[in-house]
Amino acid sequence: MWNSQQADTEHLTRWKKWRRTSSKSLKKALSEIKGLSSYLVLWRHDIHSIEGKFGTGIQSYFSFLRFLVLLNFIIFILMFSFVILPTIISKYGIFNSTVAYISPKNIEDICTIYEPSGNKGLVYFYTYLKDLLSGTGFLEVTSLFYGYYSIDAVWISMMRYNLPLAYLLATFAYLALSFLWIIKRSVEGFKHNLVHDADPFQSYCNKVFAGWDFCITDPNAARLKYRSLQYELQTDLQEEKLKQKIAERTMKEKICIYSLRIFINIIVIAILSGCFYSIYRVTVFSQENSNNADNANSPVNLLVQYLPSIVITLANFIGPLIFSFLIRFEEYTPAFEIKLTLLRCVFLRLANIGVLLFSLWSQISSCGSDKCKPCGYNYKLYPCWESDVGQEMYKLMIFDFIVILAVALFVDFPRKLLVTHCSCKLIQWFGHKEFEISDNVLEIIYGQTICWIGTFFSPLLPAIATIKYFIIFYVKKIVLIHTRKPAARPIRASSSNFFFLVVLLIGLLLAFVPLGVSIAYIPSSKACGLFRNFSTSWEVIPDTILQFPTGLQQVFFGIASEAFAVPFFVILCIVMFYVIALARAHKRVVEQLREQLVLK
Amino acid sequence: MGGSASLIPRDLLGEYQELTFLSKQEILLAYKRFSELLPKEERENAFSARVPKSQILTLPELRANPFQHRICHVFSTSETRDDSMSFEDFLDMLSVFSDSATSDVKSHYAFRIFDFDDDGTLDRKDLEQLVNCLTGQGEESRLSSAEMEQLIQNILEESDIDRDGTINLSEFQHVVSRSPDFASSFKIVL
Repeated sequence: MWNSQQADTEHLTRWKKWRRTSSKSLKKALSEIKGLSSYLVLWRHDIHSIEGKFGTGIQSYFSFLRFLVLLNFIIFILMFSFVILPTIISKYGIFNSTVAYISPKNIEDICTIYEPSGNKGLVYFYTYLKDLLSGTGFLEVTSLFYGYYSIDAVWISMMRYNLPLAYLLATFAYLALSFLWIIKRSVEGFKHNLVHDADPFQSYCNKVFAGWDFCITDPNAARLKYRSLQYELQTDLQEEKLKQKIAERTMKEKICIYSLRIFINIIVIAILSGCFYSIYRVTVFSQENSNNADNANSPVNLLVQYLPSIVITLANFIGPLIFSFLIRFEEYTPAFEIKLTLLRCVFLRLANIGVLLFSLWSQISSCGSDKCKPCGYNYKLYPCWESDVGQEMYKLMIFDFIVILAVALFVDFPRKLLVTHCSCKLIQWFGHKEFEISDNVLEIIYGQTICWIGTFFSPLLPAIATIKYFIIFYVKKIVLIHTRKPAARPIRASSSNFFFLVVLLIGLLLAFVPLGVSIAYIPSSKACGLFRNFSTSWEVIPDTILQFPTGLQQVFFGIASEAFAVPFFVILCIVMFYVIALARAHKRVVEQLREQLVLK
Repeated sequence: MGGSASLIPRDLLGEYQELTFLSKQEILLAYKRFSELLPKEERENAFSARVPKSQILTLPELRANPFQHRICHVFSTSETRDDSMSFEDFLDMLSVFSDSATSDVKSHYAFRIFDFDDDGTLDRKDLEQLVNCLTGQGEESRLSSAEMEQLIQNILEESDIDRDGTINLSEFQHVVSRSPDFASSFKIVL
């Protein structure tokens, strides 16, 4: 027995020894991998130098841009491997693959006529340029748009690959991936504190103890930082005094200010409605007139096609100017003013896209005099409506890119040249351009929302978005280095990160709505695309489930039924209330402990 | 980079990796930058050399920093109190300021850096000097005395839990743990 015990102890220590050495070597291996992978991080050196020269606030904007490049690249890889690659494999017959086209049943022939003019014969070179910019002509028949994918199943040596199902699931997958990745990033960067009442970003301790960016290496940047910190501390102290004054307002003053605020909010709503209505009318006009064959090749036609994009860009530019002018009259504290203006701008930008899509759909389903009866949508004007929506998204994205480049080239650089070389008083008052982070961020989030909505209709759009953001990184970096003036209000890295991710999340949630309506509500076009044999795009999924064995079918139907959904919802509510109650209890305990410390 | 790899013996490199938060590349880069601060004759035995404070402050990462003197003072282990740094002091400093250092370590050293009179607590005078460092050294960049009073009052209200008028290490660590910007701003990467 003594021998076996001894053997046991020896065995144990050997096991412990092995565990220790293996964990050590694992740690070493992990640190080696981490060291190597740090070389693979995109733009590590560029962002590090920006941080050194301009501080972490502006650096967070560039990190955000890098995140979007990676996100779009991964979405593109997803769509490519599950949708585009099988299509290419089957069209060129690689790996002994064959294609199955299932002819549509129970559909009137008139719905299936779709002849995209692929530019046959001799055409002007100008037509190619026009097609490149508006997605019509030769681009319409390429794999850029939904209409190209018309295969129903691909047989790759005995395996059947259901392409329509893959297309729909890839769409859901990239939406879910974006959602989870954004949530993960926002949780990483921000320690939300439910226990303490005060806003952690605005606390004085945060500004003083974590105020200095230790990574600043440039003496000029340090001078700017001194000034911005001084300004920030002074503004906050003044704001505190202002808050006291506000608390001492008389009843009469309060009524006056509240009625003024209501009035201004009504003006804001009127402006927003004006923008939305003009976008609606312009979209209807553009759709009606760009289908005219007689002046299809004139420059006017290109202008008409781009009219919605132009109007949206104008609205996005003028709206924020008006909002920041109006908010001065509402007499809020400076911090709240900024938040409210930002909220209004975000709403304006994202709602503009929504209105554009809404007006497109009203056109597609405009059934004036029985135009839609055979197919469920206006088949005469839009035989392949998904490609049309894809084209609109493509135009929006290209125009957005052109505007960003044009502003950088024709506004920022000349402005800098004028201000440095011309000492005219008017121009000096105009001043250098500030690098307004919130405006720049809203710009790229607007572009990303377009990409999310458009990828379902145009699978190559994420690739275009990746290239676009890649180029924008370098453009913005060059503009920043050459034309920057210190921003009066300092930007904090962590609150910026959180703000960017929240707005991005709002954009994503907004993208769910049009996609949901397109996939589940509007009948899919019968003349082109993968969902010709289904009434809506969503129908692929119930159709596939019906082919499963009955046991599995019942599981799926069970999940979708009320008998499952209602208890699930109730349990979710219970968990949420439990967590909130726990947080409240912790808060009470912390207050009690603080009191005890004081009494000690 | 290959050259400096052969200048640090392998076991020493492994030891440094174990004792600090730095990775192998960061230690090698630190060695390279440290030996550049030494005059040519002393570069051979960089491990035992001490770099005077004036040379350390020429590093781009420190020259624009308002806390440069405090950083040298806190991390220097020189017996003659002249704030000169050896290579191990330098590594120590980079380790605390690195990305992978824990927030406890960072807040501990931040406390020591902000404690200008080295008495173990942050009292009003320390806080006043801290704020003046943040706003710049010129006369016109300082806050007025009324603003300074109001600011220090607010800071003590937020962080001084036992209401004794000073901030000790645990109160400081507690308030910094709730500060979202601290980890990203208290960072130096070569």
